[in-house]
Amino acid sequence: MLRKVLLSTSLIFALVGSINLSAAKDAVPLADDPVTEQRLIVISEEMRCLVCQNESLAGSRSDLANDLRQEIRILIKAGKTDEQIRSFMVERYGDFVLYRPPVKPITWLLWIGPFVILLAGIIGLLVYLRRRNLSAPSTVLSKEDNARIDALLKDAKANSTENIS
Amino acid sequence: MKAKFLIPLVLFVILVGFLAVGLSRDPQELPSPLIGKQAPAFKLPQLNDPTKTFSPESMKGKPWILNVWASWCVACREEHPVLVELGKLQVAPIIGLDYKDKREDALAMLERQGNPYLLSAVDANGRVGIDYGVYGVPETYVIDKAGVIRLKHIGPITMELLNKKIIPLLGQLQ
Repeated sequence: MLRKVLLSTSLIFALVGSINLSAAKDAVPLADDPVTEQRLIVISEEMRCLVCQNESLAGSRSDLANDLRQEIRILIKAGKTDEQIRSFMVERYGDFVLYRPPVKPITWLLWIGPFVILLAGIIGLLVYLRRRNLSAPSTVLSKEDNARIDALLKDAKANSTENIS
Repeated sequence: MKAKFLIPLVLFVILVGFLAVGLSRDPQELPSPLIGKQAPAFKLPQLNDPTKTFSPESMKGKPWILNVWASWCVACREEHPVLVELGKLQVAPIIGLDYKDKREDALAMLERQGNPYLLSAVDANGRVGIDYGVYGVPETYVIDKAGVIRLKHIGPITMELLNKKIIPLLGQLQ
């Protein structure tokens, strides 16, 4: 009985230990060179992790993301510009790796589409408002109406001055 | 004037059209920028005999298939019988790229499930995989006589894909 308990606890400890180990393996991005790391973060935050597609390359713990960050480190140390590193990634994985899609014919709709829809909405609204104004019943009053209003206003004025005094 | 009532309907149909196209696409599958380009060159040790190496240049002159696999990858085990079938047909040589794998594990898997590969090249650290834009194993490339990548398939190959796409394409490339 005791042996069983001991065995299972040691097994649990071994398991926990291995979990900690694997977590420790993931958290090693801070390398010797802080300048390189800074650039790596800036570049990889603008890129998508291919495996877990809703995470950035900077934030992902996937194996491939680790490898790619390592690859970018090597490119930075080799003196490549950010632009060269970006095209290195695009050559392999396509525009999909970029969080900011480039402006080109196939993405025109993506870039200007919302503005076109906004503009269409504004134009539509203006046209609608103008039509509504034009079709609203005329508010021009007849002579008699005006005379009545004047009389009523005069009356009201006279009444109010009386009340105050 | 009557046509005005059709405007919302037309807008709705356009919207439905966009949504239908969006839904029918597989978001996991990206068009590879490598299609139509030269297969990246590499030189890697072979799985069976690490003293020998393999380079894609040696395949020039005939269409061939590059299949990225690993013994740790469940989907690869799933697709393996399909590859074995394809190997039997002898339409084109299949080269394996054993991706980030342990040699003994890889050999054990081929022992267990059969070996459809002419040979496998060992990409132990995944560096060649990066050049090929590999982001999930298995991936399969069809490369033509001139060494140009003509097709990339991500995920396991099915019998259907084999019959509908890969074998006809290889027939064209011959």
